[in-house]
Amino acid sequence: MSVITNTPAGPPEGVLGQPAEPRKAAPATGLPATFDDGTEHRHSLGLLTADGTADGITGGATDGTTDGGGAADSPVPALPAGADLRVVPARHPWRWVGTALVTLLVAGIAYSLATNPRWEWGVVAQWFTAQSVVNGLLETLKLTVIAGTLGFVLGFVLALMRLSASPLLVGVAWTFSWIFRSTPLLVQLLLWYNLGYLYEKISLGIPFTDVRFFEASTTTLISQFAAAVLGLSLNQAAYSAEIIRGGILSVDAGQLEAAAALGIPAWRRNTRIVLPQAMRAILPNAFNEIIGLVKGTSVVYVLAYSELFYTVQVIYNRTQQVLPLLLVATLWYVVITSVLSVAQYYIERHYSRGSVRNLPPTPWQRIRANLAPGRRPAHPAAPNPTTASPAAPQAAGQEITRKDLP
Amino acid sequence: MSTLETAPAAAPDTGNAEPGKGTVGRVDIVNAHKSFGHVEVLKGVDLTVRPGEVTVIVGPSGSGKSTLLRTINHLETLNSGYIAIDGEPVGYRLKGNRLLERKEKDILAKRTGIGFVFQNFNLFPHLTVLENVTEAPIVAQGRSREAATAKARELLDRVGLADKAQAYPRQLSGGQQQRVAIARALALEPRLVLFDEPTSALDPELVNEVLDVIRDLARTGTTLIVVTHEMGFARDVADTVVFMDQGRIVESGTPAQLFGNPQQERTRAFLSKVIEPAFNI
Repeated sequence: MSVITNTPAGPPEGVLGQPAEPRKAAPATGLPATFDDGTEHRHSLGLLTADGTADGITGGATDGTTDGGGAADSPVPALPAGADLRVVPARHPWRWVGTALVTLLVAGIAYSLATNPRWEWGVVAQWFTAQSVVNGLLETLKLTVIAGTLGFVLGFVLALMRLSASPLLVGVAWTFSWIFRSTPLLVQLLLWYNLGYLYEKISLGIPFTDVRFFEASTTTLISQFAAAVLGLSLNQAAYSAEIIRGGILSVDAGQLEAAAALGIPAWRRNTRIVLPQAMRAILPNAFNEIIGLVKGTSVVYVLAYSELFYTVQVIYNRTQQVLPLLLVATLWYVVITSVLSVAQYYIERHYSRGSVRNLPPTPWQRIRANLAPGRRPAHPAAPNPTTASPAAPQAAGQEITRKDLP
Repeated sequence: MSTLETAPAAAPDTGNAEPGKGTVGRVDIVNAHKSFGHVEVLKGVDLTVRPGEVTVIVGPSGSGKSTLLRTINHLETLNSGYIAIDGEPVGYRLKGNRLLERKEKDILAKRTGIGFVFQNFNLFPHLTVLENVTEAPIVAQGRSREAATAKARELLDRVGLADKAQAYPRQLSGGQQQRVAIARALALEPRLVLFDEPTSALDPELVNEVLDVIRDLARTGTTLIVVTHEMGFARDVADTVVFMDQGRIVESGTPAQLFGNPQQERTRAFLSKVIEPAFNI
């Protein structure tokens, strides 16, 4: 423990042997202290105020509880009075260099796309809105919507089963995901389509008796469309179940407990309390899946189902314009994905209510704010000197609203 | 083990009337045992809380006080023993000398008569303050939206947050969030409200605004059981203070008895640790 001998201010000496700043040896705090090791330390709890005088904390230095920290004595540069200070953002000169390089690269690619005649843009334009292509596009959209909806609804049920307390439900849900995730989608589609080979008739009745409520031949029941929907939906359900389960697990357990303590029924607890909060974790992955599904529907070409990809295949087999027609399909996939990406932004924004204090503006709101006449200055706290009027000092602390400015 | 000599003191309330002072909300805890794995958290707790009383449970952390509170509304199940509210067990049905676990639906219905206020508030962050308060009355008690909203506004006014009805929980301070959580618990017009360290997650300057709300509530005649470290609050508000240590109730009594003249050495040791720093500043 330190023994403090309250000797009168001796020759001022800093901890590290530097001469202490004479001004800081001000009477209030300059108490040299002798420690066990016999060396002399100077405690300075002084806080330099803007005008450079030492603002001593009395009492702190005399009770001997302060440590002998060496850094306390390093000279603190005096700050100018606060009113004149201005914040200068960090400069990033290399960003400009990078921007120039990227611009060059993009321009090169665009030039080559525009001028290389082998891209055959005329053929692309000719087929882009052709009736057969549009029909194929509609089939792709139909499959995506149906398989996506069925897949996520079934996936939600499977996720709840996986998380339930019943070992039976957990086992069934786990097995479902196991089977459909471990077999190739292509095989699943072909199996569904060829179910008629394995089982000629599908019937509903009491097993091991002759009682039948319903019976039909498999081939009439499972068309190309039915096989495509079955294959895509069930496969999608297995994946989305895991995504939804992950989202539910990310919600704080206290939320379920609070809902249970309030007597809110289980289904309502899941749909009203847990799922909306899980959505923040689910949505990025879910949109990945949906976008994957848009292009994944092209796999059903093995069933000779005339969706977008199969349609362009049929056309280029006839016309031999392979690359331009693949471009037609690709461009449509880009369009769909772009629309979905915009939708994703707004849906995610919707579900972030309550998790951030205030929602950030959308890109569109930002553009409008920037284009509006008399837009905000970059640093509202520091008024532009050219517009600052003599009355400005009173307004400096207030927020500058758009109408305050010319 | 679970011989039930504790008869209900009052006829069970149907729940739609405002509970009058000291008629409903009796709690009987008989020989409650609870283990988590090999750790025995409650080692035979017996406690009776009379209707309309304020009981404060104090004790060192790990003494089982929060677990005891959570077993009262069946957020935790007991390994053996028996907890009854107004003579009726929450999670079980008595048949002969066996306690049959109830279906979840029945437990939920029972729980609406018991408010629970959590240490970490557990407000629903994606719902507004008003929606947080009206959700349970509408879906668990089947009230109309208008009635639930009117009641919620009245309760928010009572906790001093009438102007925050449309705010989201994250836009509020910790103290305000906890007051909303209390309003949410009261919206079900419970006969009994359980507080699990309601001020432990709060900054010191926000503690009193929450304790003031609980003080007001204590005057209305609702039975309250409060687990807390706020000894000053326990001294002012409690009818009974219970000291728990290592899964057992060491002693209980009026605040004057327990704080002024503790009978057990362990109580004295605990109080000397928590009271000195609190009152010497």
